[in-house]
Amino acid sequence: MELTINRKKMSLGGIDPDTPLLWALRDTLGLVGTKFGCGIAQCGACTVHVDGVALRSCQLPVGDLEGADITTIEGLASDDGTLKALQQAWIDFDVPQCGYCQAGQLMSATALLRENPSPDDDDINAALSGNYCRCGTYNRIAGAIKSVVSKSSRIPATEDSRAEGD
Amino acid sequence: MPKTGPSIDEHNLTGLTAAALQQQIAPQNTMSRRRFIVLTGMSGLAIGVAAYARADSAGAAPSESVAVNQYVQIDPAGKITLVTPHPEVGQGVRTSLPMILAEELGADWNDVTVKSAEIDVVRYGLQYAGGSRSVRMRFPELRKMGAMARHMLVAAAAAKLNAPAEEFLTENSRVVHKPSGTRLTFAALAESASKQTPPADEDIVYKDPGDYVLLGKRVTSVDNERIVRGESLFGIDTVVPDMLYATYVKCPSIGGRPRSANLDDIKAMPGVVDAFVVEGSEGVPVFDAVSYFVSPGIAIVAQSTWQALKARQSLNVEWDESAASKDDSDEIAALAQAASELPDSDIVAEQGDVDAALEASASVVESYYTCAFASHAQLEPENCVARVTNDLVEVWAPTQTPTATVVGLMKVFGFAPLDADPQTVLGMAVRSGKVKVHQIRGGGGFGRRLENDYAREAAVIARRVGKPVKLQWTREDDMACDFYRPPLFTRFKGGLSEAGDLLAWEMRHVSVSADEKTPNRDAQPPANFIAKLTTPNVRVRNPKVKSQTPVGPMRAPQSNTFAFAEQSFIHELAVAAGRDHVEFLIDMLGERRWTEDGNADALNTGRAIDVIRKVADNAGWRRAMPEGRGLGLGFYFSHAGHIAEIAEVSVDASKFVRVHKVWVAADIGPVINLSGAEGQAQGSVIDAISTMADQKITLKNGAVQETNYHDYPLLRIEARPEIDVDFIQTDNPPTGMGEPALPPLAAAVCNAIFAATGERIRSLPISAAGFYI
Repeated sequence: MELTINRKKMSLGGIDPDTPLLWALRDTLGLVGTKFGCGIAQCGACTVHVDGVALRSCQLPVGDLEGADITTIEGLASDDGTLKALQQAWIDFDVPQCGYCQAGQLMSATALLRENPSPDDDDINAALSGNYCRCGTYNRIAGAIKSVVSKSSRIPATEDSRAEGD
Repeated sequence: MPKTGPSIDEHNLTGLTAAALQQQIAPQNTMSRRRFIVLTGMSGLAIGVAAYARADSAGAAPSESVAVNQYVQIDPAGKITLVTPHPEVGQGVRTSLPMILAEELGADWNDVTVKSAEIDVVRYGLQYAGGSRSVRMRFPELRKMGAMARHMLVAAAAAKLNAPAEEFLTENSRVVHKPSGTRLTFAALAESASKQTPPADEDIVYKDPGDYVLLGKRVTSVDNERIVRGESLFGIDTVVPDMLYATYVKCPSIGGRPRSANLDDIKAMPGVVDAFVVEGSEGVPVFDAVSYFVSPGIAIVAQSTWQALKARQSLNVEWDESAASKDDSDEIAALAQAASELPDSDIVAEQGDVDAALEASASVVESYYTCAFASHAQLEPENCVARVTNDLVEVWAPTQTPTATVVGLMKVFGFAPLDADPQTVLGMAVRSGKVKVHQIRGGGGFGRRLENDYAREAAVIARRVGKPVKLQWTREDDMACDFYRPPLFTRFKGGLSEAGDLLAWEMRHVSVSADEKTPNRDAQPPANFIAKLTTPNVRVRNPKVKSQTPVGPMRAPQSNTFAFAEQSFIHELAVAAGRDHVEFLIDMLGERRWTEDGNADALNTGRAIDVIRKVADNAGWRRAMPEGRGLGLGFYFSHAGHIAEIAEVSVDASKFVRVHKVWVAADIGPVINLSGAEGQAQGSVIDAISTMADQKITLKNGAVQETNYHDYPLLRIEARPEIDVDFIQTDNPPTGMGEPALPPLAAAVCNAIFAATGERIRSLPISAAGFYI
């Protein structure tokens, strides 16, 4: 089986067509950015884009996805590695705590802005309501999205914090 | 300022103590003096300033530096690698701890790369994430390590320029000669600096906090970019060559064991490599980070996670539940309520004459508070990769207690006697090198990952299979096999004088207890609480009620439930006295003082009063509120942090509660990373609302009835309040922020609901009383 993921054709070999996209991504293709949280589409950690729509990959059998255009968190940045404005806003707003849900949050937020470039609070709530954050970073998630919408500046005093993890 | 007194692990979260560890490891290990110093109180660590890729050192193994803590490394290109000792589970230590090093060193933060330390008790002591202890316990050491490295770089520059060391400072990864303005990069000095003698403790000069350029600022997490790119970071992302995937099925009634299963059917399923019974240990698990307990169950090992999970759908197991827990949470609650009404249960604390004081009181208020069992529900379900060979047991575990993981595995694999004390076992582990634990980011901890049950399961399965295995728990496994937050059952009686002052405080705190004698983990009455520290007549009774359900620490253990009860009851007293809540609480706290002599990690009533006044100012306490809207206050002291919170809520006719805004005022001493500390406060508020709203674990016949997030929901984004965080940065030792902002919140919200509606909530979650958020 072959799927189009992050603008590339990828082979899944003789995979069981029942396999949820989540596990095909993680175990077969090594794309581990998409996360397992609940397996019943309650938490949103496994959110990916299928033809531009944010969906829960734990509920998508790969057998149903042939011909679909799939984007995961690994494919959000441009091919040259340039981050999307939302990804940069996530960094600047220091959104992640444990970080486990954030791929799903970013995928939902990206789909929202594609549909609606100027969402209000209710739009943000509706689009991200399916994404749990156990650490409680919701305020910063909303702030980061709004900063991209308004093209406003970063939160104060973070411009110099560019150390990296190994 | 008094000296500080807590042990290295005051809550005994790791099952290990540093002092006992020194005795066990140091004398028996053939180690240099430097290594020995490392173990004696973490106070004399030498610094390694290693120059990478140096031709002259490439072949020669460093003689002394092998087991020396290398917190600071500088490469010739100017990259500065700072090592952080403790596990990251979202509390921010991969950023905050290296900031301490970088500040004293004078490193430009943009030149810094952060690396998590190896799990190595000899070089790094106890490594764990718990008790909000990381900053508290490591600040002096990391400050010293950064300063020592700076001294050595300055010494190298002084030698090069033939000028006295006093004429130099460091900034932006450079050593600056003040009189001449000459600037030398750290990179250019690294090699020569590494050969300088580290300064003696008494010769170390620390930066004046007034000159700090990094500490106290908002610094974004060093891992943000990798997270937003979806790179491999977490335990669940670990892949090792030839790895197989396992699922592990345990008895729904906790402590049951498999009698038989259709293993042959399972083995015939696509992708399944093996399926087998793990005999495991007898009985019901009890929280212990160094435990060797392995729950019995059925392992299914396959070529992929999905194949293992799909095979599991066809698994039929007959369980032997004879030794399993029989807990029924409704029965436990009924027995606890009855026990709280008994007049003569065990007295565990008493001062003054409570009976006489109650008799003399103008009015007496009595209330009974409860909280349900709760589950951690961290978003990353438990998982662990294990590889077992004849020589080595190796695990990649997203654990909060990696040092303790080593101990449990030493026993499980027979490398140490089961009855050996954990410190001895760790000494054996150091000498034998038989167990290696890789620390790896956890997708949330909240105390769940203080236990290492999943790591032991993974290792046992990998041993049987003979290949590396990634064990993946399902969400259902995670909810069914937790070490739950114990329930709370507390009856208060408070006596007030004519003037409305608190005269007497009686408390009957019912503990769940496996043997009906000793309270289960975190179910005991708090050793200290405000009334005990401030009121002359206090008595604490401690009835027990039988429960076998495994319980363990959850974010702000004990405080997470007791604060709700205590701070709600104090509000009840204030209302009964006809007094303002803020003024009643501040009067209760009394004179500004430390409540324990010589312990700067104890409650200080002055610090408490200051955060209460601050939060009241910020929230506009006493302002007129429209109908159906109210403000509520909660204050709590835990993990050395003084935190006051005010919630503004509205409640409609359907009992829908909207938390509009929460104000947090905190004194945790000087803040290390303002962005991280604010984030922890925001997250604690959301976490506490989440738990109080509708999280309840129900037990029937020893089995947890909730199975996944649909019946154990977390708060969603639309319910978030606005959150205002304000720190009072006092001149006390810097302490942690991972937990202390959680306890005051539930009381603040329930007190606000009372202000809005006149209805008093005495049970969590509030869904039990028909309220919803």
